[in-house]
Amino acid sequence: MAHLTPTPALEPGQDKTMILNMGPQHPSTHGVLRLLLEIDGETVVRMMPDIGFLHTGIEKTCEAKFYHQVVPLTDRIDYLCPLTNNLCYALAVEKLLGLEIPPRAQWLRVMMNELTRINSHLVWLGTHAMDIGAMTVFLYCFREREDILRLFEAISGQRMMTSYFRIGGVALEPPLDFFDRVRKFANRFPSKVDEYEGLLTGNPIWMMRTKGVATISAEDAIALGASGPTLRGSGVDIDLRRDMPYTGYENFKFNVPLGKEGDVFDRYLCRVRELRESIGIVQQTLDGIPSGPVKANAPKVVLPDREKMKTEMEALIYHFKIVTEGFAVPEGEVYQAVESPRGEMGYYIVSDGSAKPYRVHMRAACLANMQTLPKMCEGRLLADVVAAIGSIDIVLGEIDR
Amino acid sequence: MALAPAVTDIEQLKGHPAVARLVGWNPKAVEGVKFDREEMTICIERSAIRQACALLRDNANCPFNYLSDITCVDWYPSEPRFEVIYHLFSIPNKERVRLKVKLSGETPALDSLTSVWPGANYFEREVFDLFGVRFNGHPYLRRLLMPENWEGHPLRKDYPVEGYR
Repeated sequence: MAHLTPTPALEPGQDKTMILNMGPQHPSTHGVLRLLLEIDGETVVRMMPDIGFLHTGIEKTCEAKFYHQVVPLTDRIDYLCPLTNNLCYALAVEKLLGLEIPPRAQWLRVMMNELTRINSHLVWLGTHAMDIGAMTVFLYCFREREDILRLFEAISGQRMMTSYFRIGGVALEPPLDFFDRVRKFANRFPSKVDEYEGLLTGNPIWMMRTKGVATISAEDAIALGASGPTLRGSGVDIDLRRDMPYTGYENFKFNVPLGKEGDVFDRYLCRVRELRESIGIVQQTLDGIPSGPVKANAPKVVLPDREKMKTEMEALIYHFKIVTEGFAVPEGEVYQAVESPRGEMGYYIVSDGSAKPYRVHMRAACLANMQTLPKMCEGRLLADVVAAIGSIDIVLGEIDR
Repeated sequence: MALAPAVTDIEQLKGHPAVARLVGWNPKAVEGVKFDREEMTICIERSAIRQACALLRDNANCPFNYLSDITCVDWYPSEPRFEVIYHLFSIPNKERVRLKVKLSGETPALDSLTSVWPGANYFEREVFDLFGVRFNGHPYLRRLLMPENWEGHPLRKDYPVEGYR
């Protein structure tokens, strides 16, 4: 974070260019991203992102916590998709432990994970459209997002920082009417996507602002480490849910939308189509969710049910031990990657055999995606920078950690 | 599901495309291999890392063309103290491999990968910022997350976690 020096290493190259400081408090930088722009009239000559304003040292904090205490911290990394973070962390620790998860918990995880993806994409669509000047879309998107947040509240008690996925399963059995509510939402939602698309996809102003803007080729996107819709918008066919399935994604049918040109419009179309695919997956989970337990049968790792804890001596002992001294995890290291709404989210966890992780590292999809920004914007108009930032769906909490 | 024991015998693991390619190129560059929990780890000699990555990227039958991540682990107080970890991914073959370089605690430094993947830039800056590992040949090796005038490297294990500073 170079914010102590006014213009780190970016000095005007020639007399006719000037340095423009965009952010960190700028409405369209989606958080606290600071961009140093060297501009020649309206054209961006050079761009340098400056980050670190939200750095809270989560990786260091994790080293001082028991494995199960890390779960709430993961919510706060990418705050638009807390459940995807929970999932990635839980999967990594389960891989370290060699723990098998019951099918019902896996299906619940898929369902909630896809609802989170829709939630995240709705925030992206609303803010991205608002950056470019379409105010109405924002209001429509937040209307549906509210429905999803209510579902989160029903299942986990929290609207945003859910911590619903735990090591060994999920926190609780969902409430009785939960699946009916999800079904109602899933039946209603496709028509809402039609509404958004009706406002934007064929809109001449939208197309002028997005088509051919901030293009990036497939080779450049791969070389710069881009992932998710930022990579698929350039036509690279990769989706970890389909290609390296985790938590039972192999049981579901869905398409992976691809772009061609790698411009803002293609990335927009990819994400909007993903909304439809995700709601399709939610429908499939509703149709076929198996019954059974929602937690693995591993009393030394998974907290016992509240009722058991109050009536059974053994459960009480396990509960006491897990809460006070955690559980030991066998020595080793794993890298678990999942497809987050923004791309490849990876957790690299090293265990030294104790009850606290020796090292937790989060691979932030946004950090790599952000590296494509200068490539997208240099040589183009200043006004397109706003469209480019929106199109990579940047979340600074994930970048800075 | 019980954990299978880790395999560390290089002869057994030669079927993996990355191991085969690197051993075929220069057996001395490969310091060790480990297959544990379905994940392949290859320890690379420090000076060979950049060339090893370029070879794996351009590998004909299984190109590891995507750099997922670079990070570091501090094993203070044991030596070699630092392990720099690279996660490579093959988009055509959907394979992952982990490369590892061990570095001593005194002035840890190794070659930068920015000439192989430009995307290594920010990952290496982050490792430099939080661990103090230097990357030779990096175009702009400055702190990324911490302020410019920060003292010390917070993710090192001997970094003080309490008290005034």
